[in-house]
Amino acid sequence: MILLLSLVVCGVSVAFMKDLLTSIVIFMSYSLIMCVIWVLLQSPDLAITEAAVGAGVTSILFFVTLKKIRAIQKEGRHEQAER
Amino acid sequence: MSRLRDDYENSWWRRFQGWVDGETDLLAEGMEIRVPGSGKEDPLGEGKKPDVQEQGRHSKPAAGPGRSRTVYNGRGIRYFRRFYQVMSVFLCLSIIFVLLWTVAYLPAFGNAGNPDNNEVSARYIERGLQETGAVNIVTGMILDYRAFDTFGESCVLFIASCCVLVLLRIDAAEGDEQARKRLAEANDRIFEPKNDIILQKCACILVPLILVFGIYIVLNGHLSPGGGFSGGAVLGSGLILYLNAFGFGKTERFFTEKVYRRMTLGALTFYCLAKSYSFFTGANHLESGIPLGTPGAILSSGLILPLNICVGLVVACTMYAFYALFRKGGM
Repeated sequence: MILLLSLVVCGVSVAFMKDLLTSIVIFMSYSLIMCVIWVLLQSPDLAITEAAVGAGVTSILFFVTLKKIRAIQKEGRHEQAER
Repeated sequence: MSRLRDDYENSWWRRFQGWVDGETDLLAEGMEIRVPGSGKEDPLGEGKKPDVQEQGRHSKPAAGPGRSRTVYNGRGIRYFRRFYQVMSVFLCLSIIFVLLWTVAYLPAFGNAGNPDNNEVSARYIERGLQETGAVNIVTGMILDYRAFDTFGESCVLFIASCCVLVLLRIDAAEGDEQARKRLAEANDRIFEPKNDIILQKCACILVPLILVFGIYIVLNGHLSPGGGFSGGAVLGSGLILYLNAFGFGKTERFFTEKVYRRMTLGALTFYCLAKSYSFFTGANHLESGIPLGTPGAILSSGLILPLNICVGLVVACTMYAFYALFRKGGM
């Protein structure tokens, strides 16, 4: 029940976040909660897939896309300063 | 005179934006919460709504550049913005309502009389172990009974990576100045700190573990939870981590576009050849000639193990190809 509630909270807050980076991280945690729920529903196959695809690869691709379209402004400036 | 008017316009604009984005949002939502509750005119309302949203979308760009015009037709834009907002909230709430309404009609979870507890799943559960030789019934199902679906999934992944290739690939073979410039622009690794020691040490420890775990999931797909798809995804993320830590130079030693092409094509062709006879004959079971072996041993359950490896290869290659194409515009 707590898991389901936090699922709803995550889903709503993804939509309401101003920062795209934050919403991706929340999306990641959504996938993790979903993974735990799959384990509790006794379908470990789906849980592994959800953890690998939902929390791993999808969010990495989102990060790369954000970087490509230069939506992560802060990080870019930071890197340039370092250089 | 003009400066004064600019100031006035700015302040008005700020007030207007505050009104649009600020606390009056709450009022709009509060007003709209009651609407889907009445609920009965939903189908009628939904038919109208796309038009309204379309109008709102057209009016929205006008609000941005038309800042100087807002003085003259500010009222119209204001009306449209408000309409747009109200209608978007209304649309969201009505969709939520319809979905919840539908869910309310679903039978209870775990009920024995549910329509999904029919003879198909009973047959799978009772005789799956004998017929497929796989201890993990799920894998036996998706790679033996429903192998056609899994083949379709692998093909979809392959087609998706082809689409990404078409969209994002930068052809270096053109050789002219522009292509090289685009390539340099796309390769954003230049701006990153190279040879990050923390990342590299972590990757040294983690990547072998991740890869071994992925191979374990793929190879044990018929014995324990897992299978080709999840194992392939784990393998792909391990490769991505390796790529992030050590750069394209290291990975291109063993994984180039040629390798990707050969692996994906070989895996898909093997899958197709191994299963196509039973696809063509309407999924009549074909004796593969491979003995099923003792359930629980790693070399058991006939064709499932090679098919798992094929699917795992396709998925791992696809994940890696996605990442490489997103980063560099090439493999």
